[in-house]
Amino acid sequence: MKHFSISFIVGGGLSVLFLMGALLSFFWTPYDVELLNIKGKFASPGLEHLMGTDHFGRDILSMVMVGTRNAIAVSLIAVGIGATIGVPLGLWAAATCMNGSRLIDELLMRGNDLIFAFPSLLLAILITAVFGPSIINAIIAIGIFNIPVFARISRGAALSIWPKEYISAARVAGKGVSRISYEHILPNILNLLIVQATIQFSIAIIAEASLSYVGLGSQPPNPSLGRMLNEAQTMIFFAPWLAYFPGGVIVALVLGFNLMGDGIRDLLDPKLRQKSITGKVSNDAS
Amino acid sequence: MISFLLKKITSLIITLLVSTGVIFILIEVVPGDPVAFMMGLSGSTDAADALRLELGLNVGPWDRYFDWVSGMVNGNFGISYTYRVPVVELIRERALVSVPLTIYALLLSTVIAIPAGLISATRRGSLVDTSFMGFAQLGVAIPNFWFAILLVLFFSTTLKLFSASGFPGWDAGFFICLKALTLPAISLALPQAAILSRVMRSSVLDVMNEDYIRTARAKGLSKKQALFRHGLRNAMIPVLTILGLQFSFLLAGGIIIESVFSLPGLGRLVFQSIIQRDLIVVKSIVTLLVFSVVTITFIVDLLYAAVDPRLREGNS
Amino acid sequence: MKIINLVIILLSSWPCIAWPVTLNVGLQLEPPNLDPTSGAAAAIDDVVYGNIFEGLVRINEDGDVQPGLSLSWDIGDDGKSYIFYLAKGVLFHNGDPFTATDVKFSFSRARSDSSTNAKKYIFKPIVDINVIDPHTVMITLDQARPDFLFNIGLGDAVIVNKDSADRNSFNPVGTGPFKFIKWVRGDRVELERYKKYWGPSVFLEGAHFKFITDPLSAYTAMKAGDIDAFPNYPVPENLFLFENDPAYEVVIGLTAGETILATNNRNPPFDNVLVRKAIAYAIDRSELIDGAMFGNAVPIGSHFAPNHPDYIDLTGLFPHNLDQARQLLLSAGYPNGFSASLKLPPPIYARRTGELIASQLGRVGINIKIENMEWSQWIDQVLINKNYDLSIVSHVEPMDINIYANHNYYFGYDNDEFKQIILDIETNTDALNSSRLYKLAQKKIAEDAVNGYLFQLGKYGVWKTGLKGMWSNYPIRSNDLRGVYLEGDKQ
Repeated sequence: MKHFSISFIVGGGLSVLFLMGALLSFFWTPYDVELLNIKGKFASPGLEHLMGTDHFGRDILSMVMVGTRNAIAVSLIAVGIGATIGVPLGLWAAATCMNGSRLIDELLMRGNDLIFAFPSLLLAILITAVFGPSIINAIIAIGIFNIPVFARISRGAALSIWPKEYISAARVAGKGVSRISYEHILPNILNLLIVQATIQFSIAIIAEASLSYVGLGSQPPNPSLGRMLNEAQTMIFFAPWLAYFPGGVIVALVLGFNLMGDGIRDLLDPKLRQKSITGKVSNDAS
Repeated sequence: MISFLLKKITSLIITLLVSTGVIFILIEVVPGDPVAFMMGLSGSTDAADALRLELGLNVGPWDRYFDWVSGMVNGNFGISYTYRVPVVELIRERALVSVPLTIYALLLSTVIAIPAGLISATRRGSLVDTSFMGFAQLGVAIPNFWFAILLVLFFSTTLKLFSASGFPGWDAGFFICLKALTLPAISLALPQAAILSRVMRSSVLDVMNEDYIRTARAKGLSKKQALFRHGLRNAMIPVLTILGLQFSFLLAGGIIIESVFSLPGLGRLVFQSIIQRDLIVVKSIVTLLVFSVVTITFIVDLLYAAVDPRLREGNS
Repeated sequence: MKIINLVIILLSSWPCIAWPVTLNVGLQLEPPNLDPTSGAAAAIDDVVYGNIFEGLVRINEDGDVQPGLSLSWDIGDDGKSYIFYLAKGVLFHNGDPFTATDVKFSFSRARSDSSTNAKKYIFKPIVDINVIDPHTVMITLDQARPDFLFNIGLGDAVIVNKDSADRNSFNPVGTGPFKFIKWVRGDRVELERYKKYWGPSVFLEGAHFKFITDPLSAYTAMKAGDIDAFPNYPVPENLFLFENDPAYEVVIGLTAGETILATNNRNPPFDNVLVRKAIAYAIDRSELIDGAMFGNAVPIGSHFAPNHPDYIDLTGLFPHNLDQARQLLLSAGYPNGFSASLKLPPPIYARRTGELIASQLGRVGINIKIENMEWSQWIDQVLINKNYDLSIVSHVEPMDINIYANHNYYFGYDNDEFKQIILDIETNTDALNSSRLYKLAQKKIAEDAVNGYLFQLGKYGVWKTGLKGMWSNYPIRSNDLRGVYLEGDKQ
């Protein structure tokens, strides 16, 4: 009896809106984002420029569209990196843990702790100090911190599935550890991973904004929401739209994906659904 | 129990040792020369050589690593390249701003989040719950630096209630300092409070489904009584874990907020030190932060084990 | 009635100077230490020059050499020997009297092998320092050096005390009108009037130099009243908000910073003078000044400060002309333009000008890839390893056109004719001839289009109305507060 919650509808709506705007920016933006027009600087929002123009006379709406596209791209790839490295690591750790060798599990998890213990923004700054600021290094910096998250969560989930009977059956049938992990464990924890991915995605959006706010994200003339906010700071007193629009877009984007994540979780996670049932009619559950 | 403790402590020490190695390598590969930075666009080369000798930068990496680690064990973190004062002193000065700020922010966030999470959980599905969690969603979504800018605009430039930046130093008086830290603490606290209230809510909801709560309710206690007498202690464990992590996160994560408010904290010190390639300061602060996270995780692990004996069995 | 009126008039018009005020001065950069004779950071001089430390001579607001600790001096006919007559009754802040031996100590320390003085070259020509009596010292140079007097007026050549010199980096002791009280690292340096100062008494009770890195904080701290004066306000775009506010005064002056499009003359295609000239034609200075500096900068056509008496205006040499630029690129063999990198250091002027330059050069087919970097990376890649095509930076050292005579410098400009001009300047003692030579030098590098010459960096002074005596220009980096007072009502 699946139904869509309000948060899913609102969140999904917002996310789709921003995704479409971002996709559209590949083909069309109202103005060229690299076109500087000093004479037309600081135009307030109006018919000609819906969100106004900045100190170089660039169209804010166009920059916000491309900036959103960059933020989404960075976050998607970074979370993708985290998941593709973290999930197999977590599955491996769980598998070795359940099959004798505790050492590998221990090593993997302590390595995870180590990354986790590193102050993330500092590591990002160090990475850019080594390789120079660029959109790719921002992706790497954010991606690294997603690895332990996915490793942890998939390890934990996998550990709870290994003792199940159908896994024992598969082992009796002669399937190897990695095949079991891939064929039986992974599909069973996929829902959990999807939910986590949406959460990580919205965290990554904020992280990208923070990084580019301190100048470590995508480089000019390629627009980024965080850098727009940084540049707007000193002009906010006479051109507040420079800060309101990019900031508002970040908030709405993160909000949208968070709400959608919650909605997906409610749809996918049977445990939680059950909980919500038992929560309401607690006496009936045995 | 003892073998469990021993195992945990060994693993703690190994993690710490490995982390010093990782930090050292990471920071040693950063290109850029602190001496060249200090000499600027027109410095003479023989002065630069003299300075390099003075700073002990003319020895190999191995020697520097061992000097550094053995120094740290003795509480000696070395001398800052740029400031020329002991790193420990620098860190102490800055920690006097960052630690109180972090505690202030955490207190604010706990004071907001714990009751909010509790109320939301006990009144699940009500209007209060929905609006609290709506606010929490918004709180997570607002970048804290943007929030900080809006706060400054409103409270400092428009209302002139708070001074916009700077920190007078503790000898100027406790309340004056508290006031200077208020806006930064609020900007740091908002997203943390949002996260914490969500954790609190789901944690309480989890606990309310546990058998012992049901038993207590079967014995005739009301929902609230059962929760407060039996459930809250267990519900607080995940909240404490998050709090512990938030403490270390805020200690370092204040970089941007510290710079928006021009606060002389650890975050700005480390940021400045990276820029000036004062690597000895960077190494020491990063190590300190990593140590604090690892140690907090260690303590939380122990707490878990103390509350739930099954974990001790499982781990040994 | 009349008497009361008179009193009111007197009270309201009387310049109530020398109220015991402690001035809060905002600075963007915190100095790494407070010893002006060690590192090269301008931020050190921003705090200490003229306030804590003094030299034998002092550079004033107009860039002129004035008597300092040396009240007068004689220069020998050969231009090699200088006799300095020192002020009497001068006390260091630690109570030690200042004498000729302190001069000998300070200069010997600066030129020793273990010296970390960034401008060691100032002291290189010294062959002998002779203490004639406690208040007379003779310095002999290897040859006539017309710039010696100016150079020993710089922060790198201030007089330090033997007992305290090694601790100046964190506890500076000088002879200046203000003594050091404390340094709250990351926040401020506190100075207090030195009651036993040898010169005319200063008006201020003290000064707090507050370090405000963030440009937004600079605005809000100023508007919230936390700061009385920002001698070098970091961003030009919201200056007009202060100009429109009667509570503040804005004084736009000049720094010694020539902002240039630094060009790597070693590497093709920039070794080709036609390409460099094409770039010069492609640059639209008025758009740069309007767009990046919000109109608050003075265009330059060579590497020379526009407020210097020997300055000649060369901005008309390559007027903005896209057709001419394309034509030159064609004859240089680049009909379709080329690609180049533009490495930008962190200051806001460089980043903004960089984006505009990229767009301007794009119009003639030069495809620019911007690379933002921090100072350490910039110094490493551009300055030391010369691994760059183009860059934008402000050369803030005063009278530094001689850097073009060093072919190992990062521009890689190697021209014998120019080197000879500089050599003549260095050994020439005749003022009239010197002026002619400086003009020649400016013209030479402008004609060779060694770098793109963009604009002189402005000094944006913002302070509360009624504050008088702040420097309006930065001929050297200094916020000498000796003449500063608050006029009008007691705050």
